[in-house]
Amino acid sequence: MTQTHAPTSAAPVSASVPMIQLKVKVLRFDPEKDKKAHWTTYDVEAQASDRVLDVINHIKWYMEPSLTFRRSCMHGICGSDAMLINGRNRLACKTLVRDVAKSGGTITVEPIRGLKVEKDLLVDMEPFFDSYKAIMPYFINESPAPAAERIQSEEEAERMAHSSNCILCACCTTSCPIFWVNGSYLGPAAIVQAHRFIFDTRDEATQQRLGIMNQNTGVWRCRTAYNCTEACPRDIPITQLIEEVKRAVMYGQA
Amino acid sequence: MHHRYDVLVVGAGGAGLMAALYAAKGNVSVACISKLYPTRSHTGAAQGGIGAALGNVQEDHWEWHMFDTVKGGDYLTDQDAAEVFAKDIIDAVYELEHMGLPFSRTPDGKIAQRKFGGHTRDFGKAAVERSCYAKDRTGHMILQTLYQQNVKAGTTFYNEFHVTDLLIEDGRCRGVVAYELSTGELHTFHAKAVILAAGGYGRAFKITSNALTLTGDLMSIYYRKGLPLEDMEFYQFHPTGLAKLGILVTEGIRGEGGILRNDSGERFMERYAPTIKDLAPRDIVSRSIITEIREGRGVGRDKDAVNIDLTHLPREVIEGKLAEITDLARTYLGMDPVKDLVPIQPTAHYAMGGIPTDLNGLCLSDGNGGSVEGLYAAGEQACVSLHGANRLGTNSLGDLVVFGRRAGIYAAQYARQVEFADMPENPERESVDLFDRLRASNGKDNAASIRKELQESMMNNVGIFRNGPDMAKQVGIVQELKARYANVGVSDPSRRYNSELIEAMELGFMLDCAEAMTASALNRTESRGAHDREDFTTRDDENWLKHTMAYKDLNREGQVQIGYKPVSLKGFTRAFEPKPRVY
Repeated sequence: MTQTHAPTSAAPVSASVPMIQLKVKVLRFDPEKDKKAHWTTYDVEAQASDRVLDVINHIKWYMEPSLTFRRSCMHGICGSDAMLINGRNRLACKTLVRDVAKSGGTITVEPIRGLKVEKDLLVDMEPFFDSYKAIMPYFINESPAPAAERIQSEEEAERMAHSSNCILCACCTTSCPIFWVNGSYLGPAAIVQAHRFIFDTRDEATQQRLGIMNQNTGVWRCRTAYNCTEACPRDIPITQLIEEVKRAVMYGQA
Repeated sequence: MHHRYDVLVVGAGGAGLMAALYAAKGNVSVACISKLYPTRSHTGAAQGGIGAALGNVQEDHWEWHMFDTVKGGDYLTDQDAAEVFAKDIIDAVYELEHMGLPFSRTPDGKIAQRKFGGHTRDFGKAAVERSCYAKDRTGHMILQTLYQQNVKAGTTFYNEFHVTDLLIEDGRCRGVVAYELSTGELHTFHAKAVILAAGGYGRAFKITSNALTLTGDLMSIYYRKGLPLEDMEFYQFHPTGLAKLGILVTEGIRGEGGILRNDSGERFMERYAPTIKDLAPRDIVSRSIITEIREGRGVGRDKDAVNIDLTHLPREVIEGKLAEITDLARTYLGMDPVKDLVPIQPTAHYAMGGIPTDLNGLCLSDGNGGSVEGLYAAGEQACVSLHGANRLGTNSLGDLVVFGRRAGIYAAQYARQVEFADMPENPERESVDLFDRLRASNGKDNAASIRKELQESMMNNVGIFRNGPDMAKQVGIVQELKARYANVGVSDPSRRYNSELIEAMELGFMLDCAEAMTASALNRTESRGAHDREDFTTRDDENWLKHTMAYKDLNREGQVQIGYKPVSLKGFTRAFEPKPRVY
């Protein structure tokens, strides 16, 4: 089914800024009403510098109030609005219209893959967070803490720079072909989180963590497809981090 | 559905997560309700750091931090709160490190610290390195670390639950009612103690650094009970939001040496704050920027911004310690701070006011020492009042760990001493009414258009510079918007994931916050901190060295009654006399 709506404008009115015409094709699904997902197209006017999330918000606020998706911070730090935009996993608030469409062009928006669609673009995140919780995602050091901070060198701290940057948006895990066919695979996001603790010189649970990574749901499932690295909105070199974890498992040390 | 916990926390940002951790350490059952998933909260958007007098880079003392906080707050800060804070935060930062927080490091392996606005050594002599940071994503690391610790502690979370009512009878809180987004069902939570930590209401403004979800829900629910909101006229505009977008650009860029420049390239802050220049507190820098713009020295297409200049800093500093904002400038403006000047403008950022509490987080019911038994609050939503008339950068992250921790400790202590109070009969009644009204209304106005008018008018009339006539006009505008809101249309009838219904409800909360804020601002006939009036340009300690307490008039819709609360002018061991505030 394709519905077309009259064009309206997503951008604040400003005479001097050129507006472009867009078709926004959204894969919609309400399990209470629909047997299967269907495309609906909305004609929208926007600025090239608008975020895709601005456009989707506009559709919700002024054209189709029932359109359902998650969003919060609007600038790529909360990780709520991962979506498949023009066939690639991205954060809708960190993708500008000009990055994905020209005037007269079409933007397609679908839910991220591999997690159950609850409604429209909103998926069940519980399995994703279950994998996260399975890797012991917390610092472990049971030795008595000093009165002040534990000492760590600048170089040691820098080893966590990439992995601690993760916002748990699920762009990586839901772009992974192994995860699509085998949901028991912990997935790249959980491995990135494990990396953050495995390579923390202050953490004392390295062996336990490597053990979890060595299980058949762990790091060896990765076939280095690089989809995760390409999908990450924080530019985390995920495949490289997974390789570092594989090496640590192999040598039994970080 | 009915649930029962000794301590219930509302909100899963820094304050809520810290409160939940500490309540759990108090051997009571704890659950945490959030309208988001825990790691989505806006604490994660804080960038520049958390201030504590560790002295890792330069000599520092808690007394200096206390003084800066009091002076930064234009002497409206309660000095007992500032003393507790400046002492406790040192230990709290070490505690975060012991929880594994990956702080940036000094060459000798200690927690790295940098300069920040209004933080000085020796009572105002010069800027000091006090902000402890993890690159420029300190809030993100605090949020992640505290969530990790709650996973470790086994805290129960109710994600995507919207609190719709507080159950208070005979001066005691008995629990909350919440709406489950995924099913549309109402849940009652019976609790001995409730801790509110659900953040601010920055979405009441057009240009804002705040998330779409920051709509003042719990402040409004408190206010609807006839309970007071404190110091709502004090709202912080952060000087540096990305032009047009309002996205936060950390003060850490100025801490690392970034310079604000007008259209001719002049470092204009030298004229406004000769001693600490670009590192003056936020209210002063925001006013200076707006003054430059008003006098025609702005940059950009609409001449409504100024530039921040990092081009003299080494690439490693910009791409390393300031990686987050470098990414933001590149993504949203297509500009590279390594070689480009980046246009910024002030952006609505932080509510200094909120639900009044004592030093233990206990919610106050008036300005004379009355309280709501069993109800606690912390973080941006609360007003303890640490920030007075203007918050210093880094003190929000400090506030939520110090006072989130205290709220958790004291709520658990209270819960251990008392039995469950009876739930009211039919506890869901008001929430059912609220949703029935929203679902039944079929007005032409949709929530989005009312919200847009609210945001634009609040920005114009109760923004950085204020005056009586504009604010009086805004009182009328908010009343009119509330009248239209009474008939707002909600067209989606579905029960599951009905985000249209939620957005309409949130607009109602935001209108209450705007009402209390505008009335409080119009009432205060002086200029102090972030409250700057063109018709009353000076601070008036004789008449106004007191906190505002705004009460909703439960008999006359749209009317606000104003009361007052004394300022604590003494700490426990130190006190700072109000003085003119120059930097």
